[in-house]
Amino acid sequence: MTATTTADRGQSRDFGPSARAVAETVTDPELPLLTLADLGVLRDVRDQNGTVVVEITPTYSGCPAMGVMRADLVHALHRAGFPDVDVRTVLSPAWSTDWISAEGRRKLAAGGIAPPGPAPARTSGPVPLSLGPTQRTASCPVCGSPDTEEISVFGATACKAMRRCRTCAEPFEHVKEI
Amino acid sequence: MREETVYDALDHAHGGEGQWAFGTGFDEPLAGVDTTVPTGIDPADLGEYCLMLGDDALVLAQRLTQWVTAAPELEEEVAVANTALDLLGQARLLLARAGSVGALGRSRERATPSIPDEDALAYFRDPDEFRNTGLVEAPGGDFGQTMVRLLVAATVRLAVFAQLRTSRDPVLAAIAAKGVHELTYHRDHAARWVLRLGDGTPTSHSRAQAGVDAVWPLLAEVFSPTDVERRLTAAGVAIDPAGTRAEVTAVLTQVLEQATLRVPAWPADVPPRGRTGQHSPELTTLLAELQGLARQHPAATW
Repeated sequence: MTATTTADRGQSRDFGPSARAVAETVTDPELPLLTLADLGVLRDVRDQNGTVVVEITPTYSGCPAMGVMRADLVHALHRAGFPDVDVRTVLSPAWSTDWISAEGRRKLAAGGIAPPGPAPARTSGPVPLSLGPTQRTASCPVCGSPDTEEISVFGATACKAMRRCRTCAEPFEHVKEI
Repeated sequence: MREETVYDALDHAHGGEGQWAFGTGFDEPLAGVDTTVPTGIDPADLGEYCLMLGDDALVLAQRLTQWVTAAPELEEEVAVANTALDLLGQARLLLARAGSVGALGRSRERATPSIPDEDALAYFRDPDEFRNTGLVEAPGGDFGQTMVRLLVAATVRLAVFAQLRTSRDPVLAAIAAKGVHELTYHRDHAARWVLRLGDGTPTSHSRAQAGVDAVWPLLAEVFSPTDVERRLTAAGVAIDPAGTRAEVTAVLTQVLEQATLRVPAWPADVPPRGRTGQHSPELTTLLAELQGLARQHPAATW
């Protein structure tokens, strides 16, 4: 695996701020109001023998945007003067909505999408069954009311659920916890 | 090189020769992932096992996709399509892992050389080369039966994936760890539908019960390990499906009882069928739909 932990990142020399700064400007193809860095999809940018190695992780296994993300990162870095770019997928640890930054959450809310609450705890062993209505809460991004209900746990993209505000009746999307 | 559109950028990134028209083309799911096989693991067995898990997901995704434009309500159509997309993503990762250890069989001879391994496996294998269980290939029936089958298939797969998180193959372990979160959503969503339908109107109850009765016999082969699974379980790579029986039985019993549905007699175990390439004619029909266009135009690009 090429997954890097915080501990072994120290072994590779960083390019300095520039390559990382360029990569951090690239936006998500499906949520263009957020950068890949805001989403926690951009895992690492480092120098490896003169090549910019960028690591990204898919939000969901079926994320159809990975190819576009890879091309956008390569394109942005080429334009910024980095000719050798290697974008690698890392699968482990699996992406979590807890990795969405505070800035990313602010941008989501400003864009009318309710940000996720804390992700379910990751445990080993069997996954308990949940049969009741989902207990997630999300405030309406339009009027701010906390009185909202889930319409469907699946939305227009893999990472979003659909909710409705009981106060202003506006439907809205919610990045679901994973 | 001018790159004015996303297509230009993608095309440039892949040599500017156009993309195969039917598959995944631009996006390699294991790009940059270390696919070295740890010592002591037989690559042929690992590849065969990844085909089993990958084919389960690919075939079930295709079955679920058949509901698109036909689901009872728009929100549910989106949910079914989302579930299928997650499974398709798992299938891509697993077929790519199978390809990375050379488990390509005759597919590579039939497919155009530029087509990625995962697509060669998905589009250019014949039915007897598929390794999915009969549970996922049976026609979906009505919406109630579809949700019962999804409940059963997701419960089995989640139990398997939860244990595979500690597989000695780090790629398989990572795929499983990611899949667990997705499968939890699938299982619990299907379970809530079974509750609503079972404990709903007399019509929804009787149709959900008919779905249960139709799906239950398909469990007969699910807990029977193949020789490949036995060897890989001993090597710390796979899990023996028999070891998931207690969890699967408990989950399904809990859902059905709460849904006021009758739990049928659990079928007696039979030797593995789908895992060894023995399939129903329905798989041939399904694959004809899935593969037909790609096989008629194997070199088409866009």
